[in-house]
Amino acid sequence: MTTFPQHSRNFLFTVLALVLPVLLGAATILAKTLTVSPTGKIRSVKEAVRLAQPYDTIWVNAGIYHENEITIDKPLAIIGRQQAVLDARFKKGIFSVMAENVLIAGLTLQNVEESFTKNYAAVRVRGGGHVTVRNNTILNSYYGVYLEQTDSCTVSHNLIRGNAKQESTSGNAIHLWRTDHINIVSNKVSGHRDGIYLETSSNSTITGNISQNNLRYGLHFMFSDNNSYQRNQFMRNGSGIAVMYSRNIIMTDNLFEENWGAAAYGILLKDITDGYIERNIFRQNTTGIYAEGSSRLLLKNNEFRNNGWAVRLLGSSEDLTFEQNNFIGNTFEISTSTNYSSHNTFRANYWSSYTGYDLDKDGTGDVPHKPVKLFSYLLEDIPTSVVLLRSLFIDLLELMEKVAPVLTPENVLDNEPSTRLNVWKS
Amino acid sequence: MNSLTKIIKYSFYDTWRSWWALLYGLFFLVISVTLLYFSGDFNKALVSLLNIILLLVPLISTVFGVMYAYNSREFTELLLAQPLKRNNIFLGQYLGLTLSLMLSLGLGLGIAFILFAGTAEESVHLGMLTLCGALLTAIFTGLAFLVSVLFEDRVKGFGIAILIWLFAAVIYDGLLLAFLVIFNDYPLEKATIGLTLFNPIDLSRILILLRLETAALLGYTGAVFNKFFGTASGMAVSLGALLLWIIIPLVIFLRKVQHKDF
Repeated sequence: MTTFPQHSRNFLFTVLALVLPVLLGAATILAKTLTVSPTGKIRSVKEAVRLAQPYDTIWVNAGIYHENEITIDKPLAIIGRQQAVLDARFKKGIFSVMAENVLIAGLTLQNVEESFTKNYAAVRVRGGGHVTVRNNTILNSYYGVYLEQTDSCTVSHNLIRGNAKQESTSGNAIHLWRTDHINIVSNKVSGHRDGIYLETSSNSTITGNISQNNLRYGLHFMFSDNNSYQRNQFMRNGSGIAVMYSRNIIMTDNLFEENWGAAAYGILLKDITDGYIERNIFRQNTTGIYAEGSSRLLLKNNEFRNNGWAVRLLGSSEDLTFEQNNFIGNTFEISTSTNYSSHNTFRANYWSSYTGYDLDKDGTGDVPHKPVKLFSYLLEDIPTSVVLLRSLFIDLLELMEKVAPVLTPENVLDNEPSTRLNVWKS
Repeated sequence: MNSLTKIIKYSFYDTWRSWWALLYGLFFLVISVTLLYFSGDFNKALVSLLNIILLLVPLISTVFGVMYAYNSREFTELLLAQPLKRNNIFLGQYLGLTLSLMLSLGLGLGIAFILFAGTAEESVHLGMLTLCGALLTAIFTGLAFLVSVLFEDRVKGFGIAILIWLFAAVIYDGLLLAFLVIFNDYPLEKATIGLTLFNPIDLSRILILLRLETAALLGYTGAVFNKFFGTASGMAVSLGALLLWIIIPLVIFLRKVQHKDF
């Protein structure tokens, strides 16, 4: 077996390094452009896809195209000009992508069929990877964008608006199942069952999305580790946000607002381990954060304002650290269940209900703050007693409990409460 | 002008002349202006105002009612010697006092509201608060009048009247809580709604809180109460219950005085 001498091996690499980009560039140059238009030679996207060679670009001119089940099995860019509408007329889905390096952009996709057995979507990606879905308007679709067993895709700047009436007959706006390295950026999703749904999908970034008025959850994920959620806004969703059974979660700079209802939560954390929840705003939710079986989370610099319950901790939540948050005007600040015995830390938070003093004026209260009120403790056991909210009798009990604590957990304490609002840079 | 309106008018002016009613109105004016001015948050100020109204309006109505009923005893006897209907005399006195107290309360809250006029929604909240305050005034003055006719001894009457207030304001809630604790295993939402109808102070509190602290009351059980008290029919039932709280003691009072030997 012969081996190249050192210098000629280097030469070979140099040649390759110079020639390869040229070859690849040639492929791009050779790529054709096809145009679909209602009156032109190619009158349907499906036809164009059939005619196209890999790496071709298909432009879709303005017009309404009644199409469904367009299967893309080669690398393609499909770009809509203004007013290019693909209408499935409630028969199956629209795009089904099974290749790598596909771009779908600038199109209006609408009227995808609802089904109990098939997950029809405006854009469905199965397998492949490096698919980009960008700047599309997806209206009235069962599922909006459905990514399945794929990786390194980007879903960005889409407007996905559904018309869901019932949870059982509606799909999710953006649905991820068994994916890796997906970016979901600056989409506006509304009127679906869940706004953004992830299941067994890892290493994703969900940034700058607005998810509102969905029937169930604005964001819903489970078994999805190592994801980050940043600068998103979740408003007025039927049940708020539910995140479950996941590790290494980063949630920062999000807004959770007006998630109101019997079972609505700003965030419901169920079995979430290792994560950062920082600089989020929880405003006017029935419950800001509801934590169950979650552990090793750092909650820092969040603002809880005008919620019914700012935070509800079930006994099974451990090692949560609440640091430098602002609790302002919540009916109940922290509420815990009766069997609470865990080790959660509260440090340097601002509590608007704090009644202690700060003699040395260093901004830290000299008396510890107990955020669990007797009444909120009572409510966990006897929910019906909510009728006694703000009654004089409860106030008297509260006063007695304050003087001589008997019932409220001793270990839920902020030993160094901040007497000024905490400030931070976002 | 018939005798009833004449007596109402007399009682009304009598109360106003005594400065107490004026002071009462002034108190509410100062309190509401202070709260609205310093809290910055209209809803928060309303919640504080609610606590004060629920505590003080019944108390002061009770005390005023009992005091007035016992103190005007001699004048009442004088009136009884005249050719007047008994019902008119007593109803007139009751209405005169109630209306003057309501006016004080209404003026106190009303002026504050004009000074800090809020949005339409906020004015509805404040209107509701004033309405509940007015109804509570009528209820507790009525109860006080009833007590005054049932007990000759004014010290005893005074004690009983205060006890009634204490019962409605504090003890009832304690009993309600005990009930909820004991029967926690049963679905109690409906029973609780029923029980709140028996206490005018609780009823007013819930009616107003449903509008102010919606966030907390939208939890699961809260939703049940919301469903009842939040709807038009629920509102009608609650307001009806409050009206019954005025009418029933008043009817008993009028029947008692018909046969009472002065």
